[in-house]
Amino acid sequence: MTRYVLEYHLVSYRRIWRSSVLSSFVLPLLTMLGFGVGVGAYVTGGVDGVPYLDWMVPGLIASTAVQVAIGDSAWPVLGGFAWQRIYFGQAAAPLRIADILDGHLAFVVFRTLTSCVAFLVVAAAFGTMHSWWALATLPIAALVGLAVATPTFAYAATIRVDSYLAVLFRLGVIPMSLFSGVFFPVGSLPGPLRWIAYALPLWHGVDLSRAATLGVAPAWSPVGHVLYLALWAGAGWLLAHRQFGRRLVV
Amino acid sequence: MTLIHARGLVKRFGDFTAVDGIDVDVQRGEAFGFLGPNGAGKSSTMRMIGCVSPPTDGVLRILDKDPRHDGPAIRARLGVCPQLDNLDLELTVRENLTTYARFFGIPRKVARARADELLDFVQLTERADSKVEPLSGGMKRRLTIARALVNEPDIVLLDEPTTGLDPQARHLVWERLFRLKQQGVTLVLTTHYMDEAEQLCDRLVVMDGGRIVAEGSPRALIERYSTREVVELRFDTESQEVFADKLAGVGERLEVLPDRILLYVADGDDAVAQVQRRALSPAGVLIRRSSLEDVFLHLTGRTLVD
Repeated sequence: MTRYVLEYHLVSYRRIWRSSVLSSFVLPLLTMLGFGVGVGAYVTGGVDGVPYLDWMVPGLIASTAVQVAIGDSAWPVLGGFAWQRIYFGQAAAPLRIADILDGHLAFVVFRTLTSCVAFLVVAAAFGTMHSWWALATLPIAALVGLAVATPTFAYAATIRVDSYLAVLFRLGVIPMSLFSGVFFPVGSLPGPLRWIAYALPLWHGVDLSRAATLGVAPAWSPVGHVLYLALWAGAGWLLAHRQFGRRLVV
Repeated sequence: MTLIHARGLVKRFGDFTAVDGIDVDVQRGEAFGFLGPNGAGKSSTMRMIGCVSPPTDGVLRILDKDPRHDGPAIRARLGVCPQLDNLDLELTVRENLTTYARFFGIPRKVARARADELLDFVQLTERADSKVEPLSGGMKRRLTIARALVNEPDIVLLDEPTTGLDPQARHLVWERLFRLKQQGVTLVLTTHYMDEAEQLCDRLVVMDGGRIVAEGSPRALIERYSTREVVELRFDTESQEVFADKLAGVGERLEVLPDRILLYVADGDDAVAQVQRRALSPAGVLIRRSSLEDVFLHLTGRTLVD
């Protein structure tokens, strides 16, 4: 049943996929030039013994996964309850809450993966990939995407107006993107901030991605990273399932 | 065969009791209506029947199954036309039907064929490939009805199917629903339009404050709760009130409205003759047959609920 819901989202996506694919390539290309080449020129010593661009790109891939996953979860989920109300139509069909939720999550993972594939291709063209392990950034992106998508689903299913989504982005997504080791090592943050970075999902994705593209060992045990991200995804799923149930079955 | 069976059905939201112990039986092939003012508990009842709202108390069996445990299996055989359209505005008219059909596990090819048939049925074939967003309210409503039929349901639930539509659109929807009824589809609908209930329902219940206050066919309800005819008198004065006393005893019941007086009578001509014998000369006299609206207002009162 989940696949029928995924199918619906894919049919819905078919109308905009061209513009969406284009923007998936434009964004990494611009960042590559702006940050990597521009900023990188000032970071002459590189980081951890590799050029700044090569060091930063894997972090941006994980960060893109987070941005896309949250963006595609926030407004569409709120709209599914509050605007177009498509979830109510789905709940009237023989679908379970879990089918509705999983089908939509599967679509978000699909969007996350396609965006990261685009990024990976552009980044590889700039010669920033040091190892075939770089391909592992894709499953990592899917996992970190799920780790942020499920709590976002829960949040978006709880709020009634979209001004709360602006709060999520300003107080959650943007700080997380800035302080999770994407642009500079987490080690240079003061103690408490460092622990916040460790607690949030993105840094774990960044550390894993960076290890993959540079072909080095991650700062933490990879199993620990994966389990921690899975914990976010799982806990978020339970919360989202509960909120979806509260909205759809009353 | 009883498709919907409810005994002492209750729905509470916290302290608020939306449905307060109702008994309902709907037979196969019947067009059954829930009538009532806003807040009477109609939609809550429909949502329980639609298996998206677990009953708080009482017995509810649909298609001989228990909605508490067999929700998906029951919903597979229901068609639901909700009060608020929840179509995907950015998909085309046809895609709305085909993607929805897939939720029922209907193969793509069958879904496409059925979508074409249904678009023909609701007269939207010409708009099949246009997006839903620019469609008129009546077209969207017809599309929602078509979507509710995509799984060839045993029961079609329609929650206020024509609320908010203009007269032409309403009549077209009624005509389509009447066709469904002729085909033997079981219809369950809620409405607060009396003409809708009279046109479509074989049997109906009037709900008020979560309870059923009357039950029967439209004809039987009129016979029981109203008189055969109603005389509407209009007097050329500021207040109609002063004439109420002078009319006492004419007919079974009298109701004073700000602009006219209603006399509920068995024979309108006879009542008008009586009025004239009392030397009263109203500026306007209208004799009409009693309608379900009279029953409804008698049972649920004229006070605005919301």
